Amino acid sequence: MQLQHQPSRRTILALALAGVVLVPRPGLANLPDKVQAAIDKLRAGRAAQEGRITLRLPAIAENGNAVPLNVMVESPMTAADHVKAIHVFATGNPTPEVAVFHLTPAMGRATVDTRIRLGQTQDVMAFAEMADGRLFMARAEVKVTIGGCGG
Amino acid sequence: MSSAIGQPRLRLPAQIRAGDVIEIRTLITHVMETGQRRTPEGQEIPRDIIRRFEARFDGELVFAMDLAPAIAANPYIAFPFRAERAGRFEMTWTNDAGETRSANAELKLG
Repeated sequence: MQLQHQPSRRTILALALAGVVLVPRPGLANLPDKVQAAIDKLRAGRAAQEGRITLRLPAIAENGNAVPLNVMVESPMTAADHVKAIHVFATGNPTPEVAVFHLTPAMGRATVDTRIRLGQTQDVMAFAEMADGRLFMARAEVKVTIGGCGG
Repeated sequence: MSSAIGQPRLRLPAQIRAGDVIEIRTLITHVMETGQRRTPEGQEIPRDIIRRFEARFDGELVFAMDLAPAIAANPYIAFPFRAERAGRFEMTWTNDAGETRSANAELKLG
């Protein structure tokens, strides 16, 4: 009995550990393969915490051809502690990469604005890469009435 | 093959004091052809986008952006800058063909 129990405990432990790994974190769950691949490449094994980053997009975009996007990150923007880059992904576009913004302490604040194309209703994700290598993320859904990728 | 990079526009606040974090707004006329579209005859329309934007202040790179086809036509880019001293901004846009267009603006403290 004892000999049979030990492997089974190990199996349970292994399953539990696998379970912890597989529990979908809300921010990174249910992503198409190429989006997941792009994000995995950016993360390079690092965790991406939620928080510190605000993603502003309209909840409903009547025209997907020009959707206003603002990404703001809480940061003192000093030489030691600043946002180095902001990566934006559109999870439902033919190509998920939207933009990479490269920031410097000279900016004083970490906020960027542009206008993006969204081919359909989808989630947009933003990742902020800090000077110390930490990653923060945010995710927001935009309902698109008329898609903006020209087929 | 690439379409010309159009007229760039820059906007800084009218009155800037030392220590202000100002917003710089930029816009450039460009089709931002995605490479996903076809002509009615079914021919692929080649990708032609602005792929890089750089902002320098007195020669130092202070902000840059890598653009993808998901950036809307006539790219609008706005970003902050901490105004500590007077100087000169130079903004540069680069297209897929490597052609560039630049615009300058003076930062004056009031």
